[in-house]
Amino acid sequence: MKDMLSPWQALWELLRWAKRPFAALFPPVLSEHADGVDSFYMFLVGMSTFFSLLIAGLIVFFAVRYARGRKADRTRPPESNLVLEIVWSTVPLVLSVVIFFWGARLYLRLFTEPLGGYGEVVYVVGKQWMWKVQHPQGPMEIGALHAPMGIPIRLVMTSQDVIHDFSIPALRIKRDVVPGRYTSLWFQATRTGEFPIYCSEYCGTLHSQMLGKLVIQSPAAYAAWLAQGAAAGTAIQAGERLFTSLGCGGCHGAEGGAIRAPQLAGIFGRPVPLQSDGFATADEAYLRESILFPGRKVVAGYAPVMPTFAGQINEEQMVELIAYLRSLRLP
Amino acid sequence: MRPAAKPEAPGLGRSETGAAGQFADLEHERSASLLGMWTFLATEVLFFGGMFTGYIVYRTFYAEAFREAGGHLDLFWGGVNTAVLLVSSAAVAMAVRAAGQGRGKSTAGWFFSAAALGAVFIAIKAHEYTRDYREHLMPLRDLPFRFPGPHADQARLFFNLYFVMTGVHALHLLIGMGLVLVLAALSWRGRFSGGRDAPVEAVGLYWHFVDAVWVFLYPLFYLMGR
Amino acid sequence: MNNIASMPASPPAEAARLPARHYLNEAHTLRSWFLTTDHKRIALLFLASITVFFLIAGVAALLMRLELLTPEGDLVQAETYNRLFTLHGVLMVWFFLIPSIPTVLGNFAIPMMLGARDLAFPRLNLISWYLFVGGGTLTLYSLIKGGVDTGWTFYTPYSTLYSNSAVLSTVAGVFVSGFSSILTGLNFIVTIHTLRARGLTWFRLPLFIWSMYATSLILVLATPVLAITLLLLAMERFFGFGFFDPRLGGDPLLFQHLFWFYSHPAVYIMILPGMGVVSELVAAFSRRRVFGYKVVAFSSLAIAVYGFLVWGHHMFVAGQSPYAGLVFSALSYLVAIPSAIKVFNWTATLYKGDISLDTPMLYALGFIGLFTIGGLTGLFLAALGLDVHLTDTYFVVAHFHFIMVGGMVMGYLGGIHYWWPKISGRLYTEWMGRFSAITAFVGFNLTFLPQFLAGYLGMPRRYWAYAPEYQVLNVMSTLGASILGVAYAFPLIYLTWSFWKGQVAGPNPWEATGLEWRTPSPPPTHNFETPPRVTGEAYERSHAARGEA
Repeated sequence: MKDMLSPWQALWELLRWAKRPFAALFPPVLSEHADGVDSFYMFLVGMSTFFSLLIAGLIVFFAVRYARGRKADRTRPPESNLVLEIVWSTVPLVLSVVIFFWGARLYLRLFTEPLGGYGEVVYVVGKQWMWKVQHPQGPMEIGALHAPMGIPIRLVMTSQDVIHDFSIPALRIKRDVVPGRYTSLWFQATRTGEFPIYCSEYCGTLHSQMLGKLVIQSPAAYAAWLAQGAAAGTAIQAGERLFTSLGCGGCHGAEGGAIRAPQLAGIFGRPVPLQSDGFATADEAYLRESILFPGRKVVAGYAPVMPTFAGQINEEQMVELIAYLRSLRLP
Repeated sequence: MRPAAKPEAPGLGRSETGAAGQFADLEHERSASLLGMWTFLATEVLFFGGMFTGYIVYRTFYAEAFREAGGHLDLFWGGVNTAVLLVSSAAVAMAVRAAGQGRGKSTAGWFFSAAALGAVFIAIKAHEYTRDYREHLMPLRDLPFRFPGPHADQARLFFNLYFVMTGVHALHLLIGMGLVLVLAALSWRGRFSGGRDAPVEAVGLYWHFVDAVWVFLYPLFYLMGR
Repeated sequence: MNNIASMPASPPAEAARLPARHYLNEAHTLRSWFLTTDHKRIALLFLASITVFFLIAGVAALLMRLELLTPEGDLVQAETYNRLFTLHGVLMVWFFLIPSIPTVLGNFAIPMMLGARDLAFPRLNLISWYLFVGGGTLTLYSLIKGGVDTGWTFYTPYSTLYSNSAVLSTVAGVFVSGFSSILTGLNFIVTIHTLRARGLTWFRLPLFIWSMYATSLILVLATPVLAITLLLLAMERFFGFGFFDPRLGGDPLLFQHLFWFYSHPAVYIMILPGMGVVSELVAAFSRRRVFGYKVVAFSSLAIAVYGFLVWGHHMFVAGQSPYAGLVFSALSYLVAIPSAIKVFNWTATLYKGDISLDTPMLYALGFIGLFTIGGLTGLFLAALGLDVHLTDTYFVVAHFHFIMVGGMVMGYLGGIHYWWPKISGRLYTEWMGRFSAITAFVGFNLTFLPQFLAGYLGMPRRYWAYAPEYQVLNVMSTLGASILGVAYAFPLIYLTWSFWKGQVAGPNPWEATGLEWRTPSPPPTHNFETPPRVTGEAYERSHAARGEA
């Protein structure tokens, strides 16, 4: 088995080696994914250089060899050549297939939950022109994202206004942050340090100032940072206060038997049966939709009596509420 | 066979066959005109296609709301309008036939009736729009929008689409009426006799197309979900 | 080797004089220009108008490059910078690149290459120019007077709800000019179908005609989708409709789908005509038939068809499902194949050719080189996992400039230089032409190669100020842009000069094949004294002489 893999490993090592003299032309490598993307990029750069030089070389060679006025064999220039044409259609096709699968593999990894699950979920809200980051168990930060090294972190992101894009070159990942829906990203950093975060989707006047920094700490330092910030209040606590002040407990009350409305403890991540047949998974998107448009996906067995909260809470409060609902465990 | 070029604005003018200078004869010119109109109708299909795509997307998202909203449209007047347009298409078909036979006055008569039927369609549409306005189903700018039930904002999308799509269709019909009236006047004066009726046929195609668009709009908005 | 000598080329004595009567001296009044239905005069009207738009948009680009000389935003305000790149994008895409080769070279050359007296619908052609100028003026006025800061893509909900700028009138201008595109495409399709000379069968058509036919199909089928998308956008902004507004249940991604359904094929509107020109130039200056004629012809059609299937590759990180991403990525590689085939075929055409590196040929070879790099970097962006890192960075900016500027503008200038003797009846100074072709190639690479590197390093596009580590690359880029500016301004001067003062060219200075070279330069209003007959294949030199029946 190990011998089977070795050509790939050799290719990998070759690509890493080829990259070394050009290190200044690469952003810092902060994850295994980033390393994989760099190797893929080096492969493509190598391939492109080869073909560009091949074409350029042939052009120059022919232009000199067959320059007008120069003696050369010009008898019977070929008008077509089936073998040649099949070759130069097939070679790009085969290379395309290789590139497609390689690129798809890297891409699908971004959408696949890591084996041990996510270590932590962090909420990101973009608004003109700043990033607000909510740690459920810790503080809200503006323009910065603290995260522990070596632990898979999932970002759940939305926008308060226009489309933004949360981009971290050091991790080679980015994703649009779209109003009205949640998009997500995950990463697992392999070293500590500070790295830039950009907004990569044009969002108006100060688009270029919508910056942030990713601070990767050792798990211990991160835990300390989180605890220190938590002293001033966490997202879960803020969500709980909202839950009370908006009067949600009146119907969804944890102890009140919940006759008019579903029990919310432990609901997060579970499938709920719907009035209109079928099930919905109670994830961030479903909870958000049910708070803003309660009539759309009513849980089976309940009357559609819940009022809408659209216009009463903004996206930051929404993620606080969701953080709170997520924290509710079955007694 | 040097075509007479207008001295003021260089161009080809018409050759002695009666066709424009770049064509060999009238038959040649006719085939080009019709190909041109078919190509134009292909762009129109794509133009309406963008809106139909939007409709299908939102109908899939919000099936129930769209069903309910469709129930607020006036099935009767919508049906009458469908009939009016179908009859107008028949009139245009008669006009094209008459032009092919060189009967200019008859062509003008049929075109005029088609335009009149188009006007009836527009009047009925205006009546429906007024009713929607009175019932607060016209979500334009700051006009109030009132829709019973939990799907108000999705029904709003339905009415947005309804007004844009029927509005653009009505605009096409108005353009068609203008064209048909111009052709009526010209054919009254015998402009399309002697095989020069390619424009009549081309405009006829356009009219049938506008009619066909309505044949899709009517079931999508009025009938689906009833 | 060939019997050029027996072609109806004028002997030197005659070549010294222009024909007594031609389309330029037919009449001199303003009316004779602004009400003309002559395709050659309309081509010149388009040439003048798109040159104006090109210069304005080019100045905007230079201002942007100057701003980016330093990391801080110090030359202009952020707001101004955003308006500059929007102006640059909107004008370059809709008012220069899309109309460039079709409306100028297509209008001028298509009827003559077909052996026709004019396009099928000459008056429609004139209307097309008026729509173009009307839409262009409205857009230009809004861009300069009001300013628009949405970027040329008009993404919602920024453009509908948040931008305080002249979005409506700009969109209206683009909408109107869209009808100009549709009419031009329609005119070309009908002309190519109905006005071919006797004996000019489909597979004897010059490859420029094939590429213009493919381009016209896209113009006719994609532009209406742009029109309706912009109409919905305008409705949303003006009436408060909710098609793309998430707060009203709309979906901002629907806008992107509709927009790219047009705008991706539009990329092929911006490259296929360039490919067509290059096929002509390579054949003419190698004095041979294009290698694999049918393959090159069909690859144009294949690109036009595939172009409609790949729009989703602009949205790999936009929130569409990963499965849609997989499909769009796989389909995108299909476009790579015909493009690669074309490059190989052009190169093979040089083999055993009789090559002279005149100005148009230098542009054509520059096109092949730059298009190769542009196409290859397209493979990077179509690769899903890599696109996540590269999209919305300067890598994308560099990639599409390699295609649109390195490709299309080189093709356009090559074509202008090639047909200039036909258009004006006169020759430009050859060394000036070669100088600007080579300068453009060098300046272009210096401008845009560093942007690939900045992009991989993570520099986002549409940034008014940037992190200092990107400065070296940006300085190189700005330097290159200045060289490029000179390379683009220079032809304007010597071509204009040669229009009146240049040496008389004669009917066929390049000894090229093709029906357009068998009429006097400049041609008479009706193009041909007698309708030509074609008896040989495209680019076939021994038959070219026998062509005149």
